Amino acid sequence: MSYVTCLRCRGCGREYPVEPLNACDFCFGPLEVEYDYDSITRAVSRERIVEGPPTMWRYQDFLPVDADMALDMGTGFTPLIRAENLGRKLGLENLYIKNDSVNPTFSFKDRVVSVASAKALEFEFDTLACASTGNLMGSVAAHGAKASMNTLVLYPANLEKGKILGAAIYGATLVAVDGTYDQVNRLCSELADNHRWAFVNVNMRPFYAEGSKTLGYEVAEQLGWLAPDHCVVPGASGALFTKIHKGLKDLVQTGLIDSADTKMHIAQAEGCSPIAQAFNDGSKEVRPVIPDTLAKSLAIGNPADGPYALRTIAESDGSAVIAMEDEIVEGIQLLAQTEGIFTETAGGVVISGLRRLVNQGVIKPDEVTVAYITGNGLKTQEVVESVVNPVHISPSYDAFEEAMAGR
Amino acid sequence: MVKRRVKFTFPTELITESVIYELGHRYKVVTNIRRADVREDIGWVVLELEGAESEIADGLGWVAETGVRVDPVSGDVIQG
Repeated sequence: MSYVTCLRCRGCGREYPVEPLNACDFCFGPLEVEYDYDSITRAVSRERIVEGPPTMWRYQDFLPVDADMALDMGTGFTPLIRAENLGRKLGLENLYIKNDSVNPTFSFKDRVVSVASAKALEFEFDTLACASTGNLMGSVAAHGAKASMNTLVLYPANLEKGKILGAAIYGATLVAVDGTYDQVNRLCSELADNHRWAFVNVNMRPFYAEGSKTLGYEVAEQLGWLAPDHCVVPGASGALFTKIHKGLKDLVQTGLIDSADTKMHIAQAEGCSPIAQAFNDGSKEVRPVIPDTLAKSLAIGNPADGPYALRTIAESDGSAVIAMEDEIVEGIQLLAQTEGIFTETAGGVVISGLRRLVNQGVIKPDEVTVAYITGNGLKTQEVVESVVNPVHISPSYDAFEEAMAGR
Repeated sequence: MVKRRVKFTFPTELITESVIYELGHRYKVVTNIRRADVREDIGWVVLELEGAESEIADGLGWVAETGVRVDPVSGDVIQG
């Protein structure tokens, strides 16, 4: 059973039944899942979690899905790696990488889609849908296939073929929409309002977002039931960032860890940094921007959870950091060449942002720091093509020795 | 007749302009404000529009032309 009590408006606090809704009818504010924490506290224990599956579903008691409805594709419980080489380069003694690029479709989106698709089955939807420019479409298509649901993926028609392939292979219905990003965005919003589809990040959004909490639970468990001093998280809609923090607070509230004084830092790319700009301006309002960044997976100009991300920064005494566009590839290379982890552009933003936070003295050398790597580098190979510079030789021993001399 | 939930974000120079009033007069669209925050440098309004599909589309086009940003109330639907 799940311990969900209701949905609650984050704007005006009105309560709603547990249904596929995402906005308050009164103030149009976003809805969030509410739980009966007393019952969760009685049910959970470290032992019960450890005995659970080696996936995100070991935290089932904290998720808004009935136990027998879990759609477990092996998502989550990804490695937390002690990053000694990268730490040495940056001047950190206790740096960890949460490598979420090894999920079934190679990004953290499998966590949120796993919950959204399970909930969609519970609500008896027959179609799983999303609008995406990358990671989300692959995850939705894979989960739709696993759940034997119809799957519909919409995307801007000018999207690179390689990105679409990751959804097409699972048999999803692909809809290429001619138009600007904003026009496609608006159309998809209207479609979600007018069709009985489980649109994962629209009408399923309150449930979908909860999947990200597992990134907080796992890190604490993997650190020996301790919360880190700092988390550095990539920022797009802001939901991942707020939910990791919520995950850590859940563990304190239910007595699984003693405290969580973790400072939360959100990393955004220079070309799409509305949350970080608001933080730098000391504003509580996020001013929408038109994205123009290499980090396409973070290109959300109008972040739904922007104000809540700012609240999380304030509550946790954290910060926001902007990685310059020319630092994104540097960050990707730095992680690859120190820890052997090939991440996509969002990971480059995190690593470059982390370096800035260390240089600014925000993160001290001995503090336990977790950098979240949320997607696999094979998805954005085009941005690092310039690293391919082989030594060309003729097929002779002498040519090899000559070319390699001095290397 | 259809209903559409949208968010208008006003840049500093348009905060004092009566854009919503004019939207209701230029087009056959009923405007119903649900939430708003207007400050010195930025303002946003979340509202519901009711009218014929074409009137709402034309009206939103006009609003965007004035320099006010128009977004779905749920934020960006497309994700990476």
